[in-house]
Amino acid sequence: MTSKEALAHPASSAETAPGIPPGAVRGARGRGAPDGAPSWRSRLYRWDTKASPYAFVTPFFVLFGVFTLVPLLYTVWYSLHDVQLSALDHQSWTGLANYKNLLSSDFFWNALRNTFTIGVISTVPQLMAALWLAHMLNYKLRGSTVWRVVMLTPYATSVAAATLVFTLLYSWDGGMVNWILHFFGVDPVNWRESDWGSQFAVSSIVIWRWTGYNALIYLAAMQAIPADLYESAALDGANRRQQFWHVTIPQLRPTVLFTIVVSTIGATQLFGEPLLFGGVSGTKGGSEHQYQTLGLYMYDQGWIIGNLGKASAIAWTMFLVMLIIAAVNLLLTRWLRRSDDRG
Amino acid sequence: MRTSIRRSRGTVAMVAAAALATGMLAGCASDSDDGSSDSGNGDGKGNITLTVGTFGVFGYKQAGLYDEYMKLHPDINIKENVTTRTDVYWPKVLTRLQAGSGADDIQAIEVGNITEAVQTQAAKFVDIGKDVDKSQWLDWKLAQATTQDGKTIGLGTDIGPMAVCYRKDLFAKAGLPTDRAKLAEQWKGDWSKYVDLGKQYMKKSPKGTKYVDSAASVYNASLGGSTERNYDKDGKVVWDKSQGVKDAWDDAMTVATSNMSAKLKQFDPTWDKGFANGSFATVACPAWMLGYIGEKAGDSGKGKWDVAAAPTASNWGGSFLGVPTESKHQKEAVALAKWLTAPEQQAKVFAKQASFPSTPSAYAGLKPQADTTAYFSDAPLTQIFSDAAKTIPAQPLGPKDKPIDTAISDIGILQVEQKGKSPAQGWDAASKEIKDVLGQ
Repeated sequence: MTSKEALAHPASSAETAPGIPPGAVRGARGRGAPDGAPSWRSRLYRWDTKASPYAFVTPFFVLFGVFTLVPLLYTVWYSLHDVQLSALDHQSWTGLANYKNLLSSDFFWNALRNTFTIGVISTVPQLMAALWLAHMLNYKLRGSTVWRVVMLTPYATSVAAATLVFTLLYSWDGGMVNWILHFFGVDPVNWRESDWGSQFAVSSIVIWRWTGYNALIYLAAMQAIPADLYESAALDGANRRQQFWHVTIPQLRPTVLFTIVVSTIGATQLFGEPLLFGGVSGTKGGSEHQYQTLGLYMYDQGWIIGNLGKASAIAWTMFLVMLIIAAVNLLLTRWLRRSDDRG
Repeated sequence: MRTSIRRSRGTVAMVAAAALATGMLAGCASDSDDGSSDSGNGDGKGNITLTVGTFGVFGYKQAGLYDEYMKLHPDINIKENVTTRTDVYWPKVLTRLQAGSGADDIQAIEVGNITEAVQTQAAKFVDIGKDVDKSQWLDWKLAQATTQDGKTIGLGTDIGPMAVCYRKDLFAKAGLPTDRAKLAEQWKGDWSKYVDLGKQYMKKSPKGTKYVDSAASVYNASLGGSTERNYDKDGKVVWDKSQGVKDAWDDAMTVATSNMSAKLKQFDPTWDKGFANGSFATVACPAWMLGYIGEKAGDSGKGKWDVAAAPTASNWGGSFLGVPTESKHQKEAVALAKWLTAPEQQAKVFAKQASFPSTPSAYAGLKPQADTTAYFSDAPLTQIFSDAAKTIPAQPLGPKDKPIDTAISDIGILQVEQKGKSPAQGWDAASKEIKDVLGQ
């Protein structure tokens, strides 16, 4: 209940602000206008009130339309045709053949599976670590700003730079990770070509880059939790751990859900890290496609092989996957809330 | 006290802002000055800016060719648009050509894409062959850029004749001959003899070293020297029946299954490190790779590397310059492309960049950099590479050569080399991949 309140309050205040624009008040007064026919001025005011908000949001929607919506719809067209990169003007209608081709392709199912497993092993530890970090930083610390800035640095690093460093760390021959493992008596792992090793390596780059970012979001949410909740909990004899589980976590629920949704979308679109981790011909995602994600598969089909029709079909299938995930998320959220209300 | 500090800070900020503003104004002013002085010597014609789209490092800028040309033709300005990776560059060029806008006045085409360009984009390029003496170029190079009805869409820049670069010191330690003539004699005619020498090397290999960088590099070298690649001369895909592919595959399989490879992937950071650490003794090297080896292996490798003639004359890489029909300055662009690919200019690029000319008349006067020659134990580089260049077989290419080669190297061979799959499994995996590539 409390969490809903926290969400509802800023939302309602945000609605009122644009809802009653300043012009409306002035226009309603009808300053200096005789009764009967409204003056051109008041008409202008009224017109201003009604049209201005639309004028203000128009640039965004025009740009969105030109650069996102039209290309998006165009990919639908493409996905139903046989379109080759070298012959864009010769499109022949194939109906759902591209989609059928995907469903019967081992490469597609493999990519879907990889996207899912890499998504899970990168998102789950990432969010847990972020929560833990935020919890630590929520205590009074010396130089808290420094810690926060440090946490955000991986996020500010470019994917290319980070991945390059990780590639060297994970290199089979003389990489630091294998060098450390060797002290524990572990044989060198071929991180790029092994099935789980490569997925783990790619996930670790994602985790490294995004944990700090999520931790800051959690931290901001934690600091918005009223202190008296903790005080009364303390008065009731709850220790810090209990406070974390019974005050912090329930209060954070909307934030956690938000980060889960955002991370899931990010994981579905995972592209840069595996591409660069693979190095030369990185779009294959390893010799057995062991870390080829849907994003890589799409890029490989579209720009390396030049089959734009199939690549468009992959893009729309990815969109569908995301819709399914969003629906599952929504159902889960509803179910959690209901169980919350009951409890 | 406090207020005075604040005020002085405010003053400083204002002064700084003012200085910045004047600086920017001054910048504008000097710009316009330059502009007017430039247009002054254009005798009323005005300046023409030609753009040259390239990928990787072409070396024209480095060899000072653009400056030289602009000095010869004061009304021409040249701007180079470089894209680092070919696999990013080519899709971009394709879409721009077909959209009919956005292409540069001169567009470089890599050998891996030239057949696709010839077969699908010929209409988008100027027939540049009409304006030049076609006999300047090696026959097979010219043929690659020429359509069936005789239209040449690109002028050859460089080619990639291959030799074998090897570490003399490691060979000596392994008890192998180190003399380049003797080695060339030993493996002459067949890459499998080169691979056989690897078995001998591995018997007494210096600690931590392998014979060759990767199995895929042997595949590539061996395939480049065969008369048949993935397509037959009628343009049919025959990769799985091609003798060239079969022989190269067998050589690569011997390498992958006999522990003589450092198991690196070419052009990865780890490959670079392999040069620096001296973790492999040989690499099949086209002329353009010499500079790369010198840079990555560093000073410690100086005088230890040597170059011997490859088992068969083989080609890897090279490019063409084409002029899109959409260019607004076709005449000027053709003139520039012609000049850049003329033998004299190709020789200049070789001197700077070791990109090997595709025009045989340049071979007599080729001078590699003194540093490069010293680095490779004073090997007769010009001799070795020109001998190879003259005997490289004409090889039919096809539009999907690149993805087919990638599927064999980075799927099939890599699975055997790094994942311990059997050669049969590797071949099956590559076949499946190629079927997907070809949409079969």
